[in-house]
Amino acid sequence: MKAFLVSLVVLVVITIGANQILMRLGPSSAEATVSVDNVRLSD
Amino acid sequence: MLRLMTLLALLLTLAMPAAAQEGTDTSRAETGGAQTLEDILRRQEQQAIDDSFRSDLTGDPEQAAPITDQLGTRGGASDPDLWRAFRYSTADITTQERGPATKTLIQDGGMWWLMFREGPLLKMAAYLLGGTLLALALFYLIRGRIRIDGEKTGRTITRFKAFERFAHWLLASSFLILGLTGLISLIGRKVLIPVFGHDTFSFLATGSKWVHNNVSWAFIVALVIIFVVWVVHNIPDRTDLHWLSKAGGLLGGSHPPAKKFNAGQKLIFWAVIVLGGSISLSGISLLFPFEFNMFGHTFSTLNSWGVPSWIGMSDLPYPLQPHEEMQYAQLWHAIVSLVLTAIIFAHIYLGSVGMEGAFDAMGKGEVEEQWAREHHSIWADEVLKSKASKTEAQ
Repeated sequence: MKAFLVSLVVLVVITIGANQILMRLGPSSAEATVSVDNVRLSD
Repeated sequence: MLRLMTLLALLLTLAMPAAAQEGTDTSRAETGGAQTLEDILRRQEQQAIDDSFRSDLTGDPEQAAPITDQLGTRGGASDPDLWRAFRYSTADITTQERGPATKTLIQDGGMWWLMFREGPLLKMAAYLLGGTLLALALFYLIRGRIRIDGEKTGRTITRFKAFERFAHWLLASSFLILGLTGLISLIGRKVLIPVFGHDTFSFLATGSKWVHNNVSWAFIVALVIIFVVWVVHNIPDRTDLHWLSKAGGLLGGSHPPAKKFNAGQKLIFWAVIVLGGSISLSGISLLFPFEFNMFGHTFSTLNSWGVPSWIGMSDLPYPLQPHEEMQYAQLWHAIVSLVLTAIIFAHIYLGSVGMEGAFDAMGKGEVEEQWAREHHSIWADEVLKSKASKTEAQ
């Protein structure tokens, strides 16, 4: 039972940890796929 | 004579529509190169059509109308040609977006994927998971709970150490969460929205997606641990053949000898490792869209080996558009997950209500000595001998 409870705690830690790491690692897909080059600002 | 002429005229009249449908080229010429009734009918029946008459007609500068003539919105070029080029990804598109899929403006294969995902795939999920549960229920009704045959000793031996149980439960709990949230994503549009409505499903789907994407890492970690810890005990050997020939004791009435894991458990282990590994890879491909494209390369390799022709199929599609890579990854991810879920249903059944004393192995880590002797006799003898020699040494 203790092993099961520990596994649940570890599952939560990995889940939140993975999310936080990926969020901080960057770049996000938006940053990777959008460019501000070649934008026509005026006629 | 008049009757004969009337009959001849009637036959010719009936034959004319048939003649009109003969030969796609003739009727295509009649439609000015556009699709024919035959094309439409074949497409409606989900049959493959040779659409090269459209995919190849994407504009030829040499054929463009001279600028001395009255020009359309695109000068001398044709609008339909441009749309066809978009559709078949042959247009020379310039965009400020950077990414592999940003130049795909029309993705023709998406409709096939959507229809398969909302039709046959959901049916397969219902038949596979429902059928497995039904089969297990029937098995339980016919066979009943597999009891410990001999007299219980009251003594226990250690089956799994705490770390093994931790890894098992990490894999099990993450798999169940992933299975549930995956099913919510898979059947949501067709099944859950009609029941709960869009607002409730939106909340459910958003939460499910977050949980599914992030719990996946726990599953992968647990899968690696399980492999490392148990692979040694799951290498097939001769005892497995004997065990399988007796169907694990279902045939013949006696328990065939087995080591730490019997052949049935080894099959479960390798199914979890191979299918779970494949699910993990396709999942990573979906987590990081367009970064890990696996299907185009695989299809190309299989085509070069001639594998599709072995089963009477034409070549697999190649090259794939970026979105198609994701669609195949999604289908593979879902189908393999459904197969593994059905296998795990059987595993859960046998590890709980299906067999007396089995749950203790993962619940407490200790099993009744008689249970061990019946189901894993070779392993039980080894453990008991080792125990005895340690006691003697003291």
